[in-house]
Amino acid sequence: MDTFVTAFAEAGALLVSFDLGFLSIVGLSMRISLTAVVLACLIGFPLGAIVALTHFPGRGAVTLLLNTFMGLPPVVVGLIVFLLLSRAGPLGVLGLLFTPAAMIIAQTILVTPIIAALTRQITSDLWIEYGEHLRSLNASPLGTVVTLIADARYSLATVVLAGFGRAIAEVGAVMIVGGNIDHATRVMTTAIALETSKGNLSTALGLGIVLMALALAANAAVQLINSRAQRRAALA
Amino acid sequence: MSSTVSILPLRVQHLAFEANGTQLLDDVGFTLEAGRRTVLLGPNGAGKSLLLRLCHGLLRPTSGKIQWSAGAQRATRQQAMVFQRPVMLRRSTISNITHALAVRGVAREKRKARAESALEIAGLAELARRPARLLSGGEQQRLALARAWATEPDILFLDEPCASLDPAATHYVEALIEGFHADGTKIFMATHDLMQARRIGDEILFLHKGRLLESGDATAFFVQPKTKEGRAFIAGELLW
Repeated sequence: MDTFVTAFAEAGALLVSFDLGFLSIVGLSMRISLTAVVLACLIGFPLGAIVALTHFPGRGAVTLLLNTFMGLPPVVVGLIVFLLLSRAGPLGVLGLLFTPAAMIIAQTILVTPIIAALTRQITSDLWIEYGEHLRSLNASPLGTVVTLIADARYSLATVVLAGFGRAIAEVGAVMIVGGNIDHATRVMTTAIALETSKGNLSTALGLGIVLMALALAANAAVQLINSRAQRRAALA
Repeated sequence: MSSTVSILPLRVQHLAFEANGTQLLDDVGFTLEAGRRTVLLGPNGAGKSLLLRLCHGLLRPTSGKIQWSAGAQRATRQQAMVFQRPVMLRRSTISNITHALAVRGVAREKRKARAESALEIAGLAELARRPARLLSGGEQQRLALARAWATEPDILFLDEPCASLDPAATHYVEALIEGFHADGTKIFMATHDLMQARRIGDEILFLHKGRLLESGDATAFFVQPKTKEGRAFIAGELLW
Protein backbone atom coordinates (compact mmCIF):
# COMPACT_ATOMS: atom_id res chain seq x y z
CA MET A 1 0.00 0.00 0.00
CA ASP A 2 2.91 2.28 0.90
CA THR A 3 4.40 1.74 -2.54
CA PHE A 4 1.11 2.72 -4.08
CA VAL A 5 0.84 5.94 -2.06
CA THR A 6 4.48 6.83 -2.71
CA ALA A 7 4.04 6.18 -6.38
CA PHE A 8 1.05 8.51 -6.45
CA ALA A 9 2.97 11.22 -4.60
CA GLU A 10 5.95 10.94 -6.92
CA ALA A 11 3.70 10.88 -9.93
CA GLY A 12 2.05 14.07 -8.71
CA ALA A 13 5.46 15.71 -8.25
CA LEU A 14 6.46 14.62 -11.76
CA LEU A 15 3.30 16.08 -13.23
CA VAL A 16 3.83 19.50 -11.69
CA SER A 17 7.58 19.57 -12.35
CA PHE A 18 7.05 19.81 -16.13
CA ASP A 19 9.92 17.40 -16.68
CA LEU A 20 11.06 17.81 -20.29
CA GLY A 21 11.47 14.10 -20.97
CA PHE A 22 8.04 13.47 -19.55
CA LEU A 23 6.48 16.26 -21.60
CA SER A 24 8.14 15.11 -24.80
CA ILE A 25 6.59 11.66 -24.34
CA VAL A 26 3.14 13.20 -23.87
CA GLY A 27 3.72 15.53 -26.83
CA LEU A 28 4.81 12.72 -29.15
CA SER A 29 1.79 10.62 -28.14
CA MET A 30 -0.54 13.49 -28.98
CA ARG A 31 1.21 14.27 -32.25
CA ILE A 32 1.10 10.68 -33.47
CA SER A 33 -2.48 9.92 -32.42
CA LEU A 34 -3.91 13.23 -33.62
CA THR A 35 -2.19 12.87 -37.00
CA ALA A 36 -3.44 9.30 -37.29
CA VAL A 37 -7.01 10.40 -36.46
CA VAL A 38 -6.91 13.24 -39.01
CA LEU A 39 -5.68 10.83 -41.71
CA ALA A 40 -8.26 8.23 -40.67
CA CYS A 41 -11.01 10.88 -40.96
CA LEU A 42 -9.82 11.94 -44.41
CA ILE A 43 -10.13 8.31 -45.53
CA GLY A 44 -12.96 7.10 -43.27
CA PHE A 45 -15.56 9.87 -43.76
CA PRO A 46 -15.79 9.62 -47.55
CA LEU A 47 -15.29 5.84 -47.51
CA GLY A 48 -18.11 5.34 -45.00
CA ALA A 49 -20.40 7.70 -46.89
CA ILE A 50 -19.67 6.04 -50.25
CA VAL A 51 -20.37 2.57 -48.85
CA ALA A 52 -23.60 3.89 -47.33
CA LEU A 53 -24.85 5.64 -50.45
CA THR A 54 -23.74 3.54 -53.39
CA HIS A 55 -24.68 0.10 -54.58
CA PHE A 56 -21.88 -2.05 -55.91
CA PRO A 57 -21.14 -5.76 -55.96
CA GLY A 58 -19.59 -6.82 -52.67
CA ARG A 59 -21.02 -3.91 -50.70
CA GLY A 60 -22.25 -6.27 -47.99
CA ALA A 61 -18.81 -7.82 -47.72
CA VAL A 62 -17.17 -4.38 -47.43
CA THR A 63 -19.60 -3.42 -44.65
CA LEU A 64 -18.86 -6.68 -42.85
CA LEU A 65 -15.11 -6.11 -43.20
CA LEU A 66 -15.36 -2.53 -41.91
CA ASN A 67 -17.40 -3.62 -38.90
CA THR A 68 -15.01 -6.48 -38.19
CA PHE A 69 -11.93 -4.29 -38.55
CA MET A 70 -13.30 -1.96 -35.88
CA GLY A 71 -11.94 -4.51 -33.44
CA LEU A 72 -8.57 -5.13 -35.12
CA PRO A 73 -6.04 -6.31 -32.52
CA PRO A 74 -3.34 -3.61 -32.34
CA VAL A 75 -0.55 -6.18 -32.11
CA VAL A 76 -1.68 -7.78 -35.34
CA VAL A 77 -1.75 -4.40 -37.10
CA GLY A 78 1.68 -3.70 -35.61
CA LEU A 79 2.98 -6.98 -36.93
CA ILE A 80 1.60 -6.39 -40.45
CA VAL A 81 2.98 -2.85 -40.63
CA PHE A 82 6.27 -4.17 -39.22
CA LEU A 83 6.47 -6.77 -42.01
CA LEU A 84 5.62 -4.17 -44.64
CA LEU A 85 8.16 -1.63 -43.42
CA SER A 86 11.00 -3.93 -42.39
CA ARG A 87 14.11 -3.90 -44.56
CA ALA A 88 13.09 -7.06 -46.39
CA GLY A 89 9.46 -5.93 -46.73
CA PRO A 90 7.82 -4.35 -49.79
CA LEU A 91 8.05 -0.84 -48.28
CA GLY A 92 11.42 -1.37 -46.61
CA VAL A 93 13.16 1.08 -48.92
CA LEU A 94 11.25 3.94 -47.29
CA GLY A 95 13.21 3.37 -44.08
CA LEU A 96 10.21 4.18 -41.90
CA LEU A 97 10.42 1.37 -39.36
CA PHE A 98 11.02 2.60 -35.81
CA THR A 99 10.03 6.17 -36.70
CA PRO A 100 6.95 8.16 -35.65
CA ALA A 101 5.77 7.87 -39.28
CA ALA A 102 5.49 4.10 -38.89
CA MET A 103 3.50 4.59 -35.69
CA ILE A 104 1.17 7.02 -37.47
CA ILE A 105 0.64 4.49 -40.26
CA ALA A 106 -0.19 1.72 -37.76
CA GLN A 107 -2.62 3.87 -35.80
CA THR A 108 -4.26 5.16 -39.00
CA ILE A 109 -4.91 1.54 -39.98
CA LEU A 110 -6.40 0.89 -36.54
CA VAL A 111 -8.63 3.97 -36.49
CA THR A 112 -9.83 4.16 -40.13
CA PRO A 113 -12.24 1.19 -39.88
CA ILE A 114 -13.81 2.71 -36.75
CA ILE A 115 -14.36 6.05 -38.47
CA ALA A 116 -15.53 4.45 -41.73
CA ALA A 117 -17.88 1.89 -40.14
CA LEU A 118 -19.56 4.42 -37.83
CA THR A 119 -19.74 7.03 -40.62
CA ARG A 120 -21.40 4.43 -42.84
CA GLN A 121 -24.02 3.74 -40.18
CA ILE A 122 -24.68 7.41 -39.44
CA THR A 123 -24.87 8.60 -43.05
CA SER A 124 -26.97 5.58 -43.93
CA ASP A 125 -29.53 6.53 -41.26
CA LEU A 126 -29.50 10.16 -42.34
CA TRP A 127 -29.90 9.18 -45.98
CA ILE A 128 -33.17 7.42 -45.13
CA GLU A 129 -34.44 10.77 -43.88
CA TYR A 130 -32.82 13.12 -46.42
CA GLY A 131 -32.72 10.89 -49.49
CA GLU A 132 -35.91 11.96 -51.26
CA HIS A 133 -35.31 15.64 -50.61
CA LEU A 134 -31.75 15.54 -51.95
CA ARG A 135 -32.79 13.50 -54.97
CA SER A 136 -35.70 15.86 -55.53
CA LEU A 137 -33.16 18.71 -55.65
CA ASN A 138 -31.09 16.61 -58.05
CA ALA A 139 -28.05 16.92 -55.79
CA SER A 140 -24.75 15.65 -57.19
CA PRO A 141 -23.03 12.70 -55.48
CA LEU A 142 -20.44 15.08 -54.01
CA GLY A 143 -23.11 17.54 -52.86
CA THR A 144 -25.02 14.67 -51.25
CA VAL A 145 -21.98 13.41 -49.32
CA VAL A 146 -21.05 16.93 -48.20
CA THR A 147 -24.62 17.59 -47.01
CA LEU A 148 -24.86 14.33 -45.08
CA ILE A 149 -21.45 14.71 -43.42
CA ALA A 150 -22.16 18.35 -42.53
CA ASP A 151 -25.54 17.53 -41.02
CA ALA A 152 -24.24 14.51 -39.12
CA ARG A 153 -21.51 16.68 -37.59
CA TYR A 154 -22.48 16.08 -33.96
CA SER A 155 -22.61 12.31 -34.33
CA LEU A 156 -19.40 12.36 -36.35
CA ALA A 157 -17.61 14.41 -33.69
CA THR A 158 -18.33 11.57 -31.28
CA VAL A 159 -16.92 9.15 -33.83
CA VAL A 160 -13.71 11.18 -34.13
CA LEU A 161 -13.28 11.17 -30.37
CA ALA A 162 -13.89 7.43 -30.22
CA GLY A 163 -11.15 7.04 -32.83
CA PHE A 164 -8.82 9.26 -30.85
CA GLY A 165 -9.53 7.25 -27.69
CA ARG A 166 -8.60 4.08 -29.53
CA ALA A 167 -5.36 5.56 -30.91
CA ILE A 168 -4.05 7.25 -27.78
CA ALA A 169 -4.68 4.21 -25.57
CA GLU A 170 -3.29 1.40 -27.71
CA VAL A 171 0.15 0.01 -26.99
CA GLY A 172 0.62 -3.09 -29.14
CA ALA A 173 0.99 -1.50 -32.57
CA VAL A 174 3.19 1.45 -31.59
CA MET A 175 5.42 -0.81 -29.53
CA ILE A 176 6.09 -3.14 -32.47
CA VAL A 177 6.56 -0.56 -35.24
CA GLY A 178 8.01 2.23 -33.08
CA GLY A 179 10.29 0.19 -30.94
CA ASN A 180 9.86 2.41 -27.85
CA ILE A 181 13.12 4.28 -28.52
CA ASP A 182 13.83 7.00 -25.97
CA HIS A 183 13.46 10.53 -27.38
CA ALA A 184 12.40 9.09 -30.74
CA THR A 185 9.40 6.79 -30.62
CA ARG A 186 8.54 6.51 -26.95
CA VAL A 187 4.91 7.35 -26.28
CA MET A 188 2.82 7.24 -23.12
CA THR A 189 1.56 3.68 -23.43
CA THR A 190 4.92 2.16 -24.37
CA ALA A 191 6.65 4.19 -21.64
CA ILE A 192 4.13 2.96 -19.06
CA ALA A 193 4.79 -0.64 -20.10
CA LEU A 194 8.56 -0.11 -19.91
CA GLU A 195 8.64 1.85 -16.63
CA THR A 196 6.33 -0.68 -14.98
CA SER A 197 8.58 -3.55 -15.99
CA LYS A 198 11.57 -1.58 -14.68
CA GLY A 199 9.77 -1.09 -11.37
CA ASN A 200 9.73 2.69 -11.87
CA LEU A 201 6.14 3.00 -10.82
CA SER A 202 5.99 6.75 -10.21
CA THR A 203 6.80 7.61 -13.83
CA ALA A 204 4.45 4.88 -15.06
CA LEU A 205 1.69 6.14 -12.82
CA GLY A 206 2.33 9.78 -13.76
CA LEU A 207 1.97 8.90 -17.42
CA GLY A 208 -1.06 6.80 -16.57
CA ILE A 209 -2.68 9.79 -14.89
CA VAL A 210 -2.05 11.98 -17.93
CA LEU A 211 -3.45 9.27 -20.18
CA MET A 212 -6.54 8.97 -18.00
CA ALA A 213 -6.90 12.75 -17.96
CA LEU A 214 -6.81 12.80 -21.77
CA ALA A 215 -9.36 10.01 -21.93
CA LEU A 216 -11.51 11.95 -19.46
CA ALA A 217 -11.16 15.13 -21.51
CA ALA A 218 -12.12 13.27 -24.69
CA ASN A 219 -15.18 11.75 -23.04
CA ALA A 220 -16.14 15.06 -21.45
CA ALA A 221 -15.99 16.59 -24.91
CA VAL A 222 -18.26 13.83 -26.23
CA GLN A 223 -20.71 14.43 -23.42
CA LEU A 224 -20.62 18.18 -23.96
CA ILE A 225 -21.28 17.75 -27.66
CA ASN A 226 -24.14 15.34 -27.01
CA SER A 227 -25.78 17.49 -24.38
CA ARG A 228 -25.44 20.54 -26.60
CA ALA A 229 -26.94 18.53 -29.41
CA GLN A 230 -29.81 17.43 -27.20
CA ARG A 231 -30.44 20.98 -26.07
CA ARG A 232 -30.67 21.97 -29.67
CA ALA A 233 -32.48 18.74 -30.48
CA ALA A 234 -33.29 20.14 -33.83
CA LEU A 235 -29.68 20.07 -34.91
CA ALA A 236 -28.76 16.71 -33.45
CA MET B 1 -42.35 30.88 -62.84
CA SER B 2 -38.85 30.72 -64.26
CA SER B 3 -38.02 33.05 -67.11
CA THR B 4 -37.14 30.31 -69.60
CA VAL B 5 -39.68 28.32 -71.59
CA SER B 6 -41.79 26.03 -69.42
CA ILE B 7 -40.91 22.35 -69.17
CA LEU B 8 -44.64 21.61 -69.52
CA PRO B 9 -46.70 19.94 -70.81
CA LEU B 10 -45.92 16.63 -69.16
CA ARG B 11 -47.13 13.58 -71.05
CA VAL B 12 -47.57 10.32 -69.18
CA GLN B 13 -48.37 7.25 -71.25
CA HIS B 14 -49.17 3.67 -70.28
CA LEU B 15 -47.37 4.12 -66.98
CA ALA B 16 -47.07 1.01 -64.84
CA PHE B 17 -45.24 0.23 -61.64
CA GLU B 18 -44.80 -3.12 -60.05
CA ALA B 19 -43.13 -4.01 -56.76
CA ASN B 20 -42.61 -7.49 -55.36
CA GLY B 21 -45.02 -8.95 -57.87
CA THR B 22 -47.82 -6.50 -57.02
CA GLN B 23 -49.12 -4.17 -59.71
CA LEU B 24 -49.31 -0.81 -57.91
CA LEU B 25 -49.99 1.34 -60.97
CA ASP B 26 -51.42 0.07 -64.22
CA ASP B 27 -51.71 1.76 -67.61
CA VAL B 28 -51.92 5.32 -66.30
CA GLY B 29 -51.96 8.06 -68.91
CA PHE B 30 -52.63 11.80 -68.79
CA THR B 31 -51.24 15.16 -69.87
CA LEU B 32 -50.46 18.03 -67.54
CA GLU B 33 -50.64 21.46 -69.14
CA ALA B 34 -49.27 24.63 -67.55
CA GLY B 35 -51.67 26.84 -65.69
CA ARG B 36 -54.51 24.84 -64.21
CA ARG B 37 -54.21 23.32 -60.76
CA THR B 38 -54.41 19.56 -61.00
CA VAL B 39 -55.48 17.52 -58.00
CA LEU B 40 -54.70 13.83 -57.86
CA LEU B 41 -57.58 12.44 -55.85
CA GLY B 42 -58.11 9.00 -54.42
CA PRO B 43 -58.38 6.97 -51.24
CA ASN B 44 -55.36 5.84 -49.23
CA GLY B 45 -53.36 3.22 -51.06
CA ALA B 46 -54.62 4.26 -54.51
CA GLY B 47 -51.06 4.96 -55.68
CA LYS B 48 -51.13 8.77 -55.50
CA SER B 49 -47.76 9.24 -53.79
CA LEU B 50 -46.25 6.66 -56.08
CA LEU B 51 -47.54 8.43 -59.19
CA LEU B 52 -46.15 11.77 -57.98
CA ARG B 53 -42.76 10.20 -57.27
CA LEU B 54 -42.66 8.58 -60.70
CA CYS B 55 -43.51 11.88 -62.42
CA HIS B 56 -40.93 13.71 -60.32
CA GLY B 57 -38.28 11.14 -61.19
CA LEU B 58 -37.71 9.73 -57.71
CA LEU B 59 -38.73 6.28 -58.94
CA ARG B 60 -38.37 4.52 -62.27
CA PRO B 61 -41.51 3.07 -63.84
CA THR B 62 -41.69 -0.61 -64.67
CA SER B 63 -43.05 0.39 -68.07
CA GLY B 64 -44.56 3.39 -69.80
CA LYS B 65 -43.36 6.88 -70.66
CA ILE B 66 -42.98 10.14 -68.76
CA GLN B 67 -42.13 12.89 -71.22
CA TRP B 68 -41.47 16.56 -70.50
CA SER B 69 -41.69 18.92 -73.44
CA ALA B 70 -38.34 20.41 -72.43
CA GLY B 71 -36.54 17.07 -72.25
CA ALA B 72 -35.56 15.19 -69.12
CA GLN B 73 -32.30 17.05 -68.45
CA ARG B 74 -33.77 20.52 -68.09
CA ALA B 75 -37.01 19.21 -66.59
CA THR B 76 -35.31 17.78 -63.51
CA ARG B 77 -33.96 21.21 -62.61
CA GLN B 78 -37.26 23.04 -62.94
CA GLN B 79 -39.50 21.06 -60.69
CA ALA B 80 -39.87 20.76 -56.95
CA MET B 81 -41.67 18.48 -54.55
CA VAL B 82 -43.11 18.97 -51.08
CA PHE B 83 -43.66 15.81 -49.09
CA GLN B 84 -46.33 14.86 -46.58
CA ARG B 85 -43.71 14.90 -43.84
CA PRO B 86 -41.41 17.81 -44.70
CA VAL B 87 -37.72 16.92 -44.79
CA MET B 88 -35.97 19.42 -42.51
CA LEU B 89 -32.19 19.57 -42.67
CA ARG B 90 -30.41 19.92 -39.33
CA ARG B 91 -29.77 23.57 -40.04
CA SER B 92 -31.38 26.91 -39.45
CA THR B 93 -34.60 27.81 -41.23
CA ILE B 94 -32.86 30.10 -43.72
CA SER B 95 -30.01 27.62 -44.28
CA ASN B 96 -32.56 25.03 -45.34
CA ILE B 97 -33.38 27.34 -48.24
CA THR B 98 -29.86 28.53 -49.08
CA HIS B 99 -28.73 24.88 -49.11
CA ALA B 100 -31.39 24.01 -51.70
CA LEU B 101 -30.32 27.01 -53.78
CA ALA B 102 -26.66 26.00 -53.54
CA VAL B 103 -27.50 22.47 -54.67
CA ARG B 104 -29.45 23.95 -57.60
CA GLY B 105 -26.39 26.00 -58.56
CA VAL B 106 -27.70 29.47 -57.68
CA ALA B 107 -24.81 31.94 -57.30
CA ARG B 108 -23.75 32.49 -53.69
CA GLU B 109 -24.47 36.22 -53.67
CA LYS B 110 -28.07 35.68 -54.79
CA ARG B 111 -28.97 32.94 -52.32
CA LYS B 112 -29.48 34.98 -49.17
CA ALA B 113 -31.76 37.57 -50.74
CA ARG B 114 -33.86 34.95 -52.46
CA ALA B 115 -34.10 32.88 -49.28
CA GLU B 116 -35.16 35.95 -47.32
CA SER B 117 -37.94 36.79 -49.74
CA ALA B 118 -39.10 33.16 -49.65
CA LEU B 119 -39.25 33.29 -45.85
CA GLU B 120 -41.08 36.60 -46.03
CA ILE B 121 -43.74 35.11 -48.29
CA ALA B 122 -44.14 32.08 -46.02
CA GLY B 123 -44.40 34.31 -42.93
CA LEU B 124 -41.25 32.81 -41.44
CA ALA B 125 -38.90 35.80 -41.62
CA GLU B 126 -38.71 36.10 -37.84
CA LEU B 127 -37.78 32.44 -37.50
CA ALA B 128 -34.93 32.62 -40.03
CA ARG B 129 -32.20 31.77 -37.52
CA ARG B 130 -34.13 29.13 -35.60
CA PRO B 131 -33.19 25.46 -36.14
CA ALA B 132 -35.70 24.21 -38.70
CA ARG B 133 -36.47 21.09 -36.70
CA LEU B 134 -37.71 23.19 -33.80
CA LEU B 135 -40.45 24.73 -35.93
CA SER B 136 -44.04 23.51 -35.52
CA GLY B 137 -45.50 21.09 -38.04
CA GLY B 138 -47.29 23.86 -39.89
CA GLU B 139 -44.21 26.09 -39.91
CA GLN B 140 -42.09 23.21 -41.22
CA GLN B 141 -44.51 22.63 -44.07
CA ARG B 142 -44.46 26.36 -44.86
CA LEU B 143 -40.67 26.24 -44.87
CA ALA B 144 -40.79 23.29 -47.26
CA LEU B 145 -43.02 25.38 -49.54
CA ALA B 146 -40.76 28.43 -49.18
CA ARG B 147 -37.79 26.25 -50.06
CA ALA B 148 -39.58 24.96 -53.13
CA TRP B 149 -40.65 28.50 -54.09
CA ALA B 150 -37.06 29.76 -53.88
CA THR B 151 -35.93 27.23 -56.50
CA GLU B 152 -38.43 28.77 -58.96
CA PRO B 153 -39.97 25.56 -60.31
CA ASP B 154 -42.25 25.33 -63.35
CA ILE B 155 -44.20 22.61 -61.59
CA LEU B 156 -44.67 21.85 -57.91
CA PHE B 157 -45.54 18.33 -56.79
CA LEU B 158 -47.37 18.25 -53.47
CA ASP B 159 -47.88 14.94 -51.71
CA GLU B 160 -50.70 15.43 -49.21
CA PRO B 161 -48.96 18.48 -47.72
CA CYS B 162 -51.72 19.14 -45.20
CA ALA B 163 -52.37 15.56 -44.10
CA SER B 164 -50.97 16.06 -40.61
CA LEU B 165 -51.82 19.74 -40.14
CA ASP B 166 -54.60 21.44 -38.17
CA PRO B 167 -57.18 23.60 -40.00
CA ALA B 168 -55.34 26.89 -39.39
CA ALA B 169 -52.03 25.53 -40.68
CA THR B 170 -53.85 23.91 -43.59
CA HIS B 171 -55.41 27.25 -44.48
CA TYR B 172 -51.99 28.93 -44.45
CA VAL B 173 -50.44 26.20 -46.61
CA GLU B 174 -53.32 26.41 -49.08
CA ALA B 175 -52.83 30.18 -49.30
CA LEU B 176 -49.18 29.61 -50.16
CA ILE B 177 -50.14 27.05 -52.80
CA GLU B 178 -52.49 29.67 -54.23
CA GLY B 179 -49.53 32.06 -54.32
CA PHE B 180 -47.50 29.57 -56.36
CA HIS B 181 -50.43 29.24 -58.75
CA ALA B 182 -50.74 33.00 -59.08
CA ASP B 183 -47.02 33.17 -59.92
CA GLY B 184 -47.55 30.74 -62.78
CA THR B 185 -46.23 27.55 -61.20
CA LYS B 186 -48.15 24.45 -62.18
CA ILE B 187 -49.67 22.76 -59.13
CA PHE B 188 -49.95 18.99 -59.08
CA MET B 189 -51.21 17.92 -55.68
CA ALA B 190 -52.19 14.55 -54.28
CA THR B 191 -54.88 14.45 -51.62
CA HIS B 192 -57.57 12.18 -50.28
CA ASP B 193 -59.39 15.18 -48.81
CA LEU B 194 -62.48 15.92 -50.89
CA MET B 195 -62.99 19.38 -49.44
CA GLN B 196 -59.42 20.34 -50.20
CA ALA B 197 -59.71 18.94 -53.70
CA ARG B 198 -62.81 21.12 -54.22
CA ARG B 199 -61.00 24.20 -52.90
CA ILE B 200 -57.83 23.78 -54.90
CA GLY B 201 -58.56 21.67 -57.97
CA ASP B 202 -59.21 23.10 -61.41
CA GLU B 203 -58.97 19.61 -62.80
CA ILE B 204 -59.09 16.21 -61.16
CA LEU B 205 -57.26 12.97 -61.77
CA PHE B 206 -59.14 10.27 -59.87
CA LEU B 207 -56.97 7.30 -59.02
CA HIS B 208 -58.27 4.06 -57.57
CA LYS B 209 -56.35 0.84 -56.95
CA GLY B 210 -53.54 1.95 -59.22
CA ARG B 211 -55.75 2.83 -62.17
CA LEU B 212 -56.69 6.28 -63.41
CA LEU B 213 -60.47 6.07 -63.54
CA GLU B 214 -61.35 9.68 -64.30
CA SER B 215 -59.64 12.81 -65.46
CA GLY B 216 -61.00 16.18 -66.39
CA ASP B 217 -62.64 19.34 -65.16
CA ALA B 218 -63.06 19.47 -61.38
CA THR B 219 -66.58 20.87 -61.39
CA ALA B 220 -67.74 18.18 -63.78
CA PHE B 221 -66.16 15.49 -61.63
CA PHE B 222 -67.79 16.68 -58.45
CA VAL B 223 -71.19 17.26 -60.06
CA GLN B 224 -71.32 14.18 -62.21
CA PRO B 225 -68.60 11.59 -61.77
CA LYS B 226 -68.46 9.15 -64.64
CA THR B 227 -67.59 6.00 -62.71
CA LYS B 228 -69.27 4.22 -59.84
CA GLU B 229 -66.01 4.40 -57.87
CA GLY B 230 -65.94 8.16 -58.39
CA ARG B 231 -69.55 8.47 -57.21
CA ALA B 232 -68.85 6.29 -54.16
CA PHE B 233 -65.78 8.32 -53.27
CA ILE B 234 -67.65 11.62 -53.46
CA ALA B 235 -70.48 10.13 -51.44
CA GLY B 236 -67.96 9.39 -48.72
CA GLU B 237 -68.33 5.66 -49.00
CA LEU B 238 -65.18 3.82 -48.12
CA LEU B 239 -63.13 2.63 -50.99
CA TRP B 240 -59.96 0.64 -51.00
